[in-house]
Amino acid sequence: MAIVAVVLATVVIGTFGVRVSRTTSDFLVASRSVTPLLNASAIGGEYLSAASFLGIAGLVLTYGVDMLWFPVGYTVGYLVLLVLVAAPLRRSGAYTLPDFAEMRLGSLRLRRVSSVLVVLIGWLYLLPQFQGAGITLHALTGAPQWIGAFVVAIVVGVTVAAGGMRSITVVQAFQYWLKLVAIALPAVLLVGAWYRDGSPVFAAGDWGTPLSGYGGREYPLYSTYSIVLATFLGTMGLPHVLVRFYTNPEGRAARRTTLAVLGLLSVFYLFPPVFGALGRIYTPELAGTSAADTVVLLLPGRVFHGWLGQALSSLVAAGAFAAFLSTASGLSVSVAGVLSQDVLTHDRRLGDGVRRFRIGTAIAIVVPFGLALVAGRADLAETVTLAFAVAASTFCPLLVLGIWWPRLTVRGAIAALVVGGGSALATVAVVLAFGPFHGVLGALLEQPAAWTVPLAFGTAIGVSLLTRDSVPRTTATALVRLHSPEELDVRR
Amino acid sequence: MSTPDRPAKRVTVTHPRTAAARSAPRRGVRRDVRDQTELGVTMMTSLRRAQLRLALIVGLGVAVVVGVIPLVFLAFPTVREARVGGLAVGWVLLGVLVFPAICGAAWVYVRAAERNEAEFVDLVERS
Repeated sequence: MAIVAVVLATVVIGTFGVRVSRTTSDFLVASRSVTPLLNASAIGGEYLSAASFLGIAGLVLTYGVDMLWFPVGYTVGYLVLLVLVAAPLRRSGAYTLPDFAEMRLGSLRLRRVSSVLVVLIGWLYLLPQFQGAGITLHALTGAPQWIGAFVVAIVVGVTVAAGGMRSITVVQAFQYWLKLVAIALPAVLLVGAWYRDGSPVFAAGDWGTPLSGYGGREYPLYSTYSIVLATFLGTMGLPHVLVRFYTNPEGRAARRTTLAVLGLLSVFYLFPPVFGALGRIYTPELAGTSAADTVVLLLPGRVFHGWLGQALSSLVAAGAFAAFLSTASGLSVSVAGVLSQDVLTHDRRLGDGVRRFRIGTAIAIVVPFGLALVAGRADLAETVTLAFAVAASTFCPLLVLGIWWPRLTVRGAIAALVVGGGSALATVAVVLAFGPFHGVLGALLEQPAAWTVPLAFGTAIGVSLLTRDSVPRTTATALVRLHSPEELDVRR
Repeated sequence: MSTPDRPAKRVTVTHPRTAAARSAPRRGVRRDVRDQTELGVTMMTSLRRAQLRLALIVGLGVAVVVGVIPLVFLAFPTVREARVGGLAVGWVLLGVLVFPAICGAAWVYVRAAERNEAEFVDLVERS
């Protein structure tokens, strides 16, 4: 019932948006007519994915306190984005990462490499959204896994292709608040019930002790730091995060919006670990199984009986679907945007901008949906973190060095994208195809960020210094544009 | 901290009698910034460096404070087991306390970054 309501609300707001948005620029960026709080809610709504809503609690349930680094990292990632990227990125006028690459270094080749990476990261991040939808519907109704994924794919495809960014902004903002209520209200009631039960404590083993490697995690210190690096530095390189900055009117608004986003994320992330911790007491049989990600969905019904349990279960299910729909929509918009602007441009038969955007949407969704049907199941938050690792190993060096380092060259940037992205994607492919691994090799492959990010930065700096004769002549102009406050009006 | 308010704009209260005194209002070095004369580039570089310094202070500050937590846990097993108000210290620290700290750092950064820019704009428009 509740899932039907969320789906209906999304479709209704989405199709309502169609009447307002008509031109291509409306489709892509809501014509920049979005207020800061609305925009911040939309960013929060888009960012809080299956990994945040279900995955964190599942990991905490199975592996204990070390998993709190995921929500901490997802939040600090926004802080890093704020201090290093937010305002200059908005001032660059770039709508996508390929736009930024071309604006800063003026190379079409670099633009194409960036486009390919945006699409790959987008697909990698869409995959766990579809898987999450599958396990949610399966846990609640016993329906086969592909049905949930199919529902999300269809709804996202229809709303994105029909409404574009404008309707998406309103939907996303609505979905942040829905998700917050859906996780906070049950969490508060659960803590109350736990207190009423005499606050029982799960004491067995080292579950509550940091770095204990509880649940069979090897090399806890290395994997902690790898999570930290991937999430701190990967957030800025996620395609759907960057697109949102274009809807800010100017650089200062971009900063203030990011500050608001940090507040919204901080409030939300207080709650998922509560489910993981209380799950240890009330649903211990889920720990360590492939059903661990469903603890958020099942716990309310296990603790409360009768109508309250049912109402709360519906509420968390609605929140979970809001998470899949919003993140998948945002990713589809950005992947479709890149596909329609950079990949599908050469074929005249594909028609005008809006039509190409719609074709791009279909491609953006079908591929990860197909992958979700065939890929093995890893933990949701782990799969999402692989996408963060790839983003941190590619677009983080491009953005940070592009914004702050005048000596970056085209070849340096391309080399970093190829080496960092290649190594990170290779480990992802190996893990998804042949995982899980154990020992040192397993740690290096399953948490690659700790070595691929330094490798990418090193490559960018090294190759740029080797090719220092070919620093683009437009560098000074580009840097002025990135860093000068709007009041000076130096752009024209 | 020092000057939260911008100095009031100067107002000419008397009408000069000579045409010579009524020269066009000064455009400042805005054109230098736009056209990237040596002066303009130097000024932009100084703004960029100031903003980078600020970003690194806040960003690295938070990264070091947060990033050192695992090492503290590693080095001091007693900290790992310590309890705050009935809860293990790891849960309190990573589940609750880091978030206000992150938001506070972000707030300080936004204020300082806007002040850097306001000072730069002032400098450009007055000189």
